[in-house]
Amino acid sequence: MGGGLLDPKMLYTSLPDALKKFDPRVQLKNPVMFVVEVGSVLTTFSALEHPSIFAWTITVWLWLTVLFANLAEAVAEGRGKAQAATLRKTKTETTARRIASFEAGTKGRAGDRGVEAVVSANELKLGDYVVVTAGQVIPGDGDVVEGVASVDESAITGESAPVIRESGGDRSAVTGGTKVLSDEIVVKITTKPGETFIDRMIALVEGAARQKTPNELALNVLLASLTIVFILAVVTLQPFAFFAGAPQSLVILVALTVALIPTTIGALLSAIGIAGMDRLVQRNVLAMSGRAVEAAGDVNTLLLDKTGTITLGNRQASEFVPADGVTIDDLADAAQLSSLVDETPEGRSIVVLAKERYGLRGREVHDAAFIEFTAQTRMSGVDLPDGTQVRKGAANAVRDWVRDNGGHVDPAVGQIVDAISAAGGTPLVVAQVKGSGAQVLGVIHLKDVVKDGIKERFAELRKMGIKTVMITGDNPLTAKAIADEAGVDDFLAEATPEDKLALIKKEQEGGKLVAMTGDGTNDAPALAQADVGVAMNTGTSAAKEAGNMVDLDSNPTKLIEIVEIGKQLLITRRALTTFSIANDVAKYFAMLPAMFAGVFPGLSKLNILHLYSPASAITSAVVFNALIIVALIPLALRGVRYTPASASALLRRNLWIYGVGGLIIPFAGIKALDLVIHLLPGMGR
Amino acid sequence: MSVATSGWLQAGLLVFALAVTYRPLGDYMAHILTSAKHWRVERGLYKLMGVDPEADQTWPVYIRSVLAISVVGILLLYVILRVQDHLMLSLGMPAMQADLAYNTASSFVTNTNWQNYVGESTLGYTAQFLGLAVQNFVSAAVGICVVATLIRGFVRTRTDRVGNFWVDLTRINLRLLLPFSVVFGIILIAAGLPQELSSHLTSVNTVTGGSGSLYTGATGSQEAIKMLGTNGGGIFNANSAHPFESPNGFTNWLEIYLLLCIGFSLPRTFGRMVGSHKQGYVILSVMAVIWAGSAATMTWMEERHWGSALAVAGSSMNGKEVRFGVPGSALFATSTTLTSTGAVNSMHDSYSALGGGTAIFDMMLGEIAPGGTGSGLYGMLILAIVTVFVAGLMVGRTPEYLGKKIRPSEMKYAALYILATPSVALVFTGIAMATGSARRSMNNVGPHGFSEVLYAFTSMANNNGSAFAGLSGNTDFWNTTGGIAMVLGRFLPMIFVLALAGSLAKQRHTPASAGTLQTHTPLFAGLLTGVIFIVVGLTYFPALALGPLAEGLK
Repeated sequence: MGGGLLDPKMLYTSLPDALKKFDPRVQLKNPVMFVVEVGSVLTTFSALEHPSIFAWTITVWLWLTVLFANLAEAVAEGRGKAQAATLRKTKTETTARRIASFEAGTKGRAGDRGVEAVVSANELKLGDYVVVTAGQVIPGDGDVVEGVASVDESAITGESAPVIRESGGDRSAVTGGTKVLSDEIVVKITTKPGETFIDRMIALVEGAARQKTPNELALNVLLASLTIVFILAVVTLQPFAFFAGAPQSLVILVALTVALIPTTIGALLSAIGIAGMDRLVQRNVLAMSGRAVEAAGDVNTLLLDKTGTITLGNRQASEFVPADGVTIDDLADAAQLSSLVDETPEGRSIVVLAKERYGLRGREVHDAAFIEFTAQTRMSGVDLPDGTQVRKGAANAVRDWVRDNGGHVDPAVGQIVDAISAAGGTPLVVAQVKGSGAQVLGVIHLKDVVKDGIKERFAELRKMGIKTVMITGDNPLTAKAIADEAGVDDFLAEATPEDKLALIKKEQEGGKLVAMTGDGTNDAPALAQADVGVAMNTGTSAAKEAGNMVDLDSNPTKLIEIVEIGKQLLITRRALTTFSIANDVAKYFAMLPAMFAGVFPGLSKLNILHLYSPASAITSAVVFNALIIVALIPLALRGVRYTPASASALLRRNLWIYGVGGLIIPFAGIKALDLVIHLLPGMGR
Repeated sequence: MSVATSGWLQAGLLVFALAVTYRPLGDYMAHILTSAKHWRVERGLYKLMGVDPEADQTWPVYIRSVLAISVVGILLLYVILRVQDHLMLSLGMPAMQADLAYNTASSFVTNTNWQNYVGESTLGYTAQFLGLAVQNFVSAAVGICVVATLIRGFVRTRTDRVGNFWVDLTRINLRLLLPFSVVFGIILIAAGLPQELSSHLTSVNTVTGGSGSLYTGATGSQEAIKMLGTNGGGIFNANSAHPFESPNGFTNWLEIYLLLCIGFSLPRTFGRMVGSHKQGYVILSVMAVIWAGSAATMTWMEERHWGSALAVAGSSMNGKEVRFGVPGSALFATSTTLTSTGAVNSMHDSYSALGGGTAIFDMMLGEIAPGGTGSGLYGMLILAIVTVFVAGLMVGRTPEYLGKKIRPSEMKYAALYILATPSVALVFTGIAMATGSARRSMNNVGPHGFSEVLYAFTSMANNNGSAFAGLSGNTDFWNTTGGIAMVLGRFLPMIFVLALAGSLAKQRHTPASAGTLQTHTPLFAGLLTGVIFIVVGLTYFPALALGPLAEGLK
């Protein structure tokens, strides 16, 4: 999907939708543009009654102002509609194989499922069980209650690689409209037809479900009151003008009103909101409400799961520490030997470390007996044909094993183990029984590897005033070491779902907004409690229900991007408001001298732009007012540039661009238009 | 000493005196508004009023109390003025006509003190003391009460209680206004103001060589609260230009100090109550910059009058008292139009077009620099909220001011506040210009005539009370519309302030972070100043263009 640049073709294709929006009932939702439309009607009648080139020019441009505003909204909606159309294709009529009853553990015994009936997907009810086999489309949202299958979810995520969905655990949720590629699963339907994930997604990207957010409402209050002030200023101007002996025509009064009321932001407001949701969709995040997107911009505290977000998924061997009297090569050799068939990520990382650092190649060992890790022994290893036994595992377990085999454990090993633990690592003690005696060879330092660039990310967040809290099941010591390395502000160690929920509540008590990601069913309460709860698409349907956003890529790091998009949305809206209001200064200087310099020659001093004639000055201001809307549509869709910085720095920068720029640009624009417009007929002095 | 030197000296001493009293007076007012202890005499009064001083009110109850005492005040004052001929010590003055009595009652209760009557030949001592002076105290105190609720809105969390109006009112009068009025009254009397309750006429010789006679009255004690409470209603028609109200340069200076001191010290009260003096300094600096800028502009306009005769004369002394000169007059005019006081020591109508225009613009700012007692600070805080809202979202966060979020409901009340006064001023000016009987009261034509009408309604809607001359104000139209404009201009904003206070107090406190817009920085002060000028400029520019600008730009 495009980066938000405006394709001129879209203006053309959105034209029919834009024309439909001239309906006053539609316009009424946007008070600013409603005033413009009413003004356009008034000037049309006035121009019919007293036709002149000037009156018709103003009338046409007022109508164009309304059209451009409609176009902005239609273009923004159009982008959503295109996505919705793609989604709808997946929603073509599906049938479901509903089974009458289901009991766990009856896999393969079709008879126990009762009568199977083929029904339309639309007839499914909550709690129904359906069977889906390879090649069939899953008829509705639900949880897998039996079986494992690979599922093609590209219809929603755009990701073509199939994903595994299985009963139980955190990967049980399936989405209606996705396709089973292999095997057979039984799905319990958890969503009513018409309210499924795809239905909600379509409604969201089309903007149908869009509600005004709190900030949008507050802004509307400001815009409405500005509109009222300017209408009052213009309406009361007429009696003053009569007294001054220079009553103004209706056309000019309407032109002045439209030029002064904040049409620029009024025209672009809904486009900005739609585009904000759209930017999230482009990053494969579905926000269930605009409110959630805005809350993301306001977030004070981010709760981040350690694994997958801050660190790579697994611990990796980072160092071999030999015991006294053991060479490091011997230790590395033994460690590698014990891990050759250890398919855990930790085991593989030991082999890799030995190879990379000590040049030990992986080798085939014949007739060796491999001892698997169990929760009871807490060790794994290998027994070689020559009677040598090698073990690696938890410090206590390995020490006991050495003593049991008649060996002596050097107390120095204990110190190494403690040092590694204190540094946040996991110590794996390596020992062997060779010939006569048992001996501890040394310790492997397993370490959580912090993701590249994550520290810089957190520094940026800190600059934005956002506190990061790492959530982990590790003990406090390990947690602290990783927290320090990653640069998070705080951590919650040995965290249970209840701890998480309590932490969120505590932060919220202090008036803070909290964002978090989660995927498991036990995350659901915390996701619901958080102000921004991003559920992973791979997660359970309970988690997806509880959160107010779903990340289709299931990438927890994306929370940071979501925050930035939220901020960008808020800033775009406000920057254009400032721009819109600042424009009024130039419009006053263009229009008031044009209206009154005839009776009060002194006022021509205010005509600092030296505009050619009153007619040309007023026309230029109205044309500028209309064209600036079109010029800003791309910015509204793309959003203003957001660079993480402190509030003061951001404010200073945006004030310069949109405040000072908003003061200067219309002066230049109106002057430039005047240079052209004064050549047209009917614009003479 | 040259005129310019004396001008600098006056202004310098004024700034010095205000700076010296900023902390003690501001802290003292904060103490009054927050202290848990009641004076014995206060307890007695509460018992008399049937008020439980420990029970705080919700905002609707609080505003109902404000409105109740104001309605009662208007009725009482109206009756006093209507039956003055039957009262003691009325010096034989007749009863006031109905529309004028209504206008005067509204005027004094709303802290406007617009006067469509000539004080020395209309009112006796009873009406002055029992009627007007009481309102001078009460109306000044009500303004401080209302701003106290707004500050409490920022300070308090998760409550619907904003304070107890009767406690606030009693304390502000007993602990602040009364003692200060006594002290400064004595100083003014010592400096030459008359203080007597005789029913004899005092003979005076006029400058033109004639002689006349006047009731002098207790001018000294009245003058103190007239200035201290930013009231401005003089005993004499000429107000502080009258030698009995301000006989010399010192009294002129002291009166300017008095009308500024509470307004300029309230930011300290605010800073102390919200727990950050820096927040107070930001508000103070914005007030001070606007005040100093306006004083400089007005002095400059008057010193360098555009007109050959006046250029030769060196400056425009037209309409100014020779005792005070241009700087003393411009300083007074700036201070009185920026504080909703409305006392005058010179004829603003006779100022140069742009000098007079500056006075109008000062009032259009909404009486916020430093503004009337209390009302100035709440006006400024509302503008700060609007500024936070406009600027806050430019940093990508829901805006917060002093830890309170500016949500749709807060924004609604702030927007209504900002709308109220300009609407009243512009709509009534429009009505006046469209009404034949109103226009017949105008003694001037052209843009100057329009400026006089614009000045009048701007002054009344903003509860200032000073007037351009040139209007015959004592007519049915002006008495009636003026009364309505003053009441709307006073109480509509107060209702919105209290609603806002209630809404803020209910919120929990949001802690500041690096992402929060800081509101104690020079950047914010500059932004606030900018927003004030843009909001006012955009609203009033067309009207100003047809009045002072049309007249002044030649």
